Amino acid sequence: MIYDLHSNEPTGPLENRWTKHRFDMGLVNPANRKKYQVIVVGTGLAGGSTAATLGEMGYHVKSFCFQDSPRRAHSIAAQGGINAAKNYQNDGDSVWRLFYDTIKGGDFRSRESNVYRLAELSVNIIDQAVAQGVPFAREYGGLLANRSFGGAQVSRTFYARGQTGQQLLLGAYQALNRQIAAGMVEMFPRTEMLELIVIDGRARGIVTRNLVDGKIEAHTADCVVLCTGGYGNAYYLSTNAKGCNASAVWRAHRHGALFANPCFTQIHPTCIPQSGSYQSKLTLMSESLRNDGRVWAPLRPQDSDCAPADLPEDARDYFLERRYPAFGNLVPRDIASRAAKEACDDGRGVGPEVNGRRLGVYLDFSKAIGQLGEAVIGERYGNLFEMYQRITGEDPNKTPMRIYPAIHYAMGGLWVDYNLMTTVDGLFAAGECNFSDHGANRLGASALMQGLADGYFVLPYSIGNYLSQHEADPIAPDHGAISSAISAVNSRIDRLLSAPGAKHPPEHFHRLLGQLIWDNCGMSRDPAELKNALQQLPEIRDRFWHEVKVTGSGEQFNQTLERAGRIADFLELGELMCVDALERNESCGSHARSDHLTADGEVKRDDDNYSYVAAWEYSGDVSTPILHKEQLCFEFVHPSIRSYK
Amino acid sequence: MSLVLHIWRQSDSTAQGRFERHTIDEFTPDMSFLEMLDVLNEGLISAGKEPVAFDYDCREGICGACSLVIDGIPHGPQNATTTCQLYMREFSDGDEIWVEPWRVGAFPVVRDLVVDRSAYDRILQAGGFISARTGSAPDGNTFPVSKETADRVFTSSTCIGCGACAAACPNASASLFVAAKIAHLGLLPQGQPERNSRVHTMLAQMDTEGFGFCGNHRECEAVCPKEINIDRIARMNRDMYRSLVRR
Ligand SMILES: Cc1cc2nc3c(=O)[nH]c(=O)nc-3n(C[C@H](O)[C@H](O)[C@H](O)COP(=O)(O)OP(=O)(O)OC[C@H]3O[C@@H](n4cnc5c(N)ncnc54)[C@H](O)[C@@H]3O)c2cc1C
Ligand code: FES
Repeated sequence: MIYDLHSNEPTGPLENRWTKHRFDMGLVNPANRKKYQVIVVGTGLAGGSTAATLGEMGYHVKSFCFQDSPRRAHSIAAQGGINAAKNYQNDGDSVWRLFYDTIKGGDFRSRESNVYRLAELSVNIIDQAVAQGVPFAREYGGLLANRSFGGAQVSRTFYARGQTGQQLLLGAYQALNRQIAAGMVEMFPRTEMLELIVIDGRARGIVTRNLVDGKIEAHTADCVVLCTGGYGNAYYLSTNAKGCNASAVWRAHRHGALFANPCFTQIHPTCIPQSGSYQSKLTLMSESLRNDGRVWAPLRPQDSDCAPADLPEDARDYFLERRYPAFGNLVPRDIASRAAKEACDDGRGVGPEVNGRRLGVYLDFSKAIGQLGEAVIGERYGNLFEMYQRITGEDPNKTPMRIYPAIHYAMGGLWVDYNLMTTVDGLFAAGECNFSDHGANRLGASALMQGLADGYFVLPYSIGNYLSQHEADPIAPDHGAISSAISAVNSRIDRLLSAPGAKHPPEHFHRLLGQLIWDNCGMSRDPAELKNALQQLPEIRDRFWHEVKVTGSGEQFNQTLERAGRIADFLELGELMCVDALERNESCGSHARSDHLTADGEVKRDDDNYSYVAAWEYSGDVSTPILHKEQLCFEFVHPSIRSYK
Repeated sequence: MSLVLHIWRQSDSTAQGRFERHTIDEFTPDMSFLEMLDVLNEGLISAGKEPVAFDYDCREGICGACSLVIDGIPHGPQNATTTCQLYMREFSDGDEIWVEPWRVGAFPVVRDLVVDRSAYDRILQAGGFISARTGSAPDGNTFPVSKETADRVFTSSTCIGCGACAAACPNASASLFVAAKIAHLGLLPQGQPERNSRVHTMLAQMDTEGFGFCGNHRECEAVCPKEINIDRIARMNRDMYRSLVRR
């Protein structure tokens, strides 16, 4: 298949592009909107805001999520905040500055037009959320408060304590509820999309499984929107919720939606390390802790099982302060993460041994407590200390925290054009599941911004534009494409339930996959190791289909079956991630190739050869995907090199 | 360390349930309660048996999915903690633990420890929102909100919708859940236009769903993982009477 990767972005001055584009887009007359049916899969910030807004406008919307309530989408867990170029602090922020920071943060691997639009819309999001009753932090005078986040030089982050994602999602969920009550949105909780229905080259519906009774059903529509979140759980252990998965986007990929930059996955340096092989997920500890905590590891490997209190100063290596004297403990996420990994790879990791390795370094508050007192530190980080203590049983006031990096976010995702449409006509993707705005690295507090910009302010226009070019035309329920999609789903479920040599629960294979890609396609990527992983992956996949054990039937509430299906897709996506990491023969942002690092561990970009989006086509064989390139052109900013020495 | 679990098993909403006994031969203090159940389940699957169904997602205490009654207490013995944030160090070697689903008529059992909490969604659909059409909002700083009010709003809006309040209540009342939302929206200037109608429609829906009314037992507040205070219920009642006068 020939893909012409047209970004369909408008031309002209950056500031005018979105305005111009909005004017150029077609509209659907309010009286005609009710004739159209739109499917929105996902109820996180992206999906919830999309469904609510389309419902308000008068379209008929069907909304789906796998949780028991739309309010539980993983967006609920976001802690830190949401960026917006309001410049309420009068500290020199502007749309242009937020745009520039985001492009630079993404290490010049994203599209200028999209990122500018995101920065432009950020201000509307805050207004919208406040109007819905989202309780952002306030100053004593009653106005909205801001903080600086993730190394930004301006205070542009709006927040609601450490629960910003929860509060924003409840805002979107309440708007969604209003439309459900009004009959404009039909809600399908505990319903999982398992297949995309494509008719005459257009996305026309989905096949779902009712997770309560196992019923397989087809839903058709005039267009389909995927807002199904990120794929960090491919690594098994991540900070994502347990249910986060890539199945919806992977089904779409197999139907012709190109997958962009799959190897761009972000690692967060400060998570609570794994404590045993039973570990089911990793918990994020806010980045802000590095403002007062000092990161260290024992100087000598033989000290790694000593109690930290028994190690005198000269037996400790404050490796960030040593290697990056200017920024010290505040170096960016990826640099801090790789340095911690190197210390552990040297055998200097601390904490319990899991699978023969100690993966953890200390984050020590004793100096700050000595200087400022427990009370001040408690005020700053009390809730985090409490959470840490609940999980580990250790009090960070008395003994240093142990931290280790973990997978946190996926910048890669379905390729979309400026209208957020994938390469399948009529299939849109928004939020973390598309690749659009963060390039090779996402800045803190900008995922929430993107999800809501997509859902409240971009899709309502671009979907209207798409529908204005198509007559509403319902699909006959007995259409051949529907029955074949349903039978594909059924036969896949049957296969999962009847592996010939069934012996291991699905998690067994998920752990194998996770360990393999974490070691080879995680914090640092080495070509030889990637090739090795690429050899093993098809083997693990074969074993999975031969040996996976799922008890119970498909006609009942069956969580093992749900997980098995998701893991089957992760096993394919994991391979594409490694293919992409190997193909991108440079380092950039989160993608640190061991053969393209400076002596100080900085990533070395190769703009001459790799200034493109890698968009992969499914060829019919997972192991031989076809690469398409969207060349990036920088008309307004000049790609520069970062330094934290 | 080892323990004995008595776990509620029920194949679907209409089936007769029963307790099933399991011994856990090895658990460590650093395991979460749900990870202990994961280990049990992987063992059951390997042995060809059906695992115990239970709800979970974030495992960070924020999504509100997890919902076990442990030794008679929704979310178990630790204060201000969801089930997923309960760690095995709270238990001792040889303990015998009883694990059940939320026991509320309005939350029918789906399977084993999983219940249907869509009644809570329907209560919120009945009025738990501020009607603010996308694109129509004024600048975020148009209505100043004092810090104290904002903080009070936040301590109401932090509800995770887990259902523990109703599960703990002898009257199976959803009052704390409803009152938290009414306080969240009703304390804000943006929430005033719909304040009078909201309290009526939401309480009516709570009644329709079959929840009882508040008898001031305060069990809800004791189990709420977000420590939402029962004074919100008093506020809700006041709002209700106030609206009767002003309607
Ligand atoms: C611990 C943590 C903290 C974070 N903190 C921040 C922060 O402070 N600031 C920030 O900007 N970002 C933060 N992020 C990132 C941010 O939270 C996410 O990127 C964002 O919320 C994703 O939103 P979404 O709407 O795209 O997807 P999600 O919120 O993940 O929603 C996905 C939806 O899709 C549904 N779904 C998925 N697959 C299917 C299927 N097959 N069928 C049916 N439904 C399906 C799910 O049910 C769900 O409703 C954080 C992330 C983590 C993990
Ligand atoms: S699993 Fe999300 S609150 Fe417990």
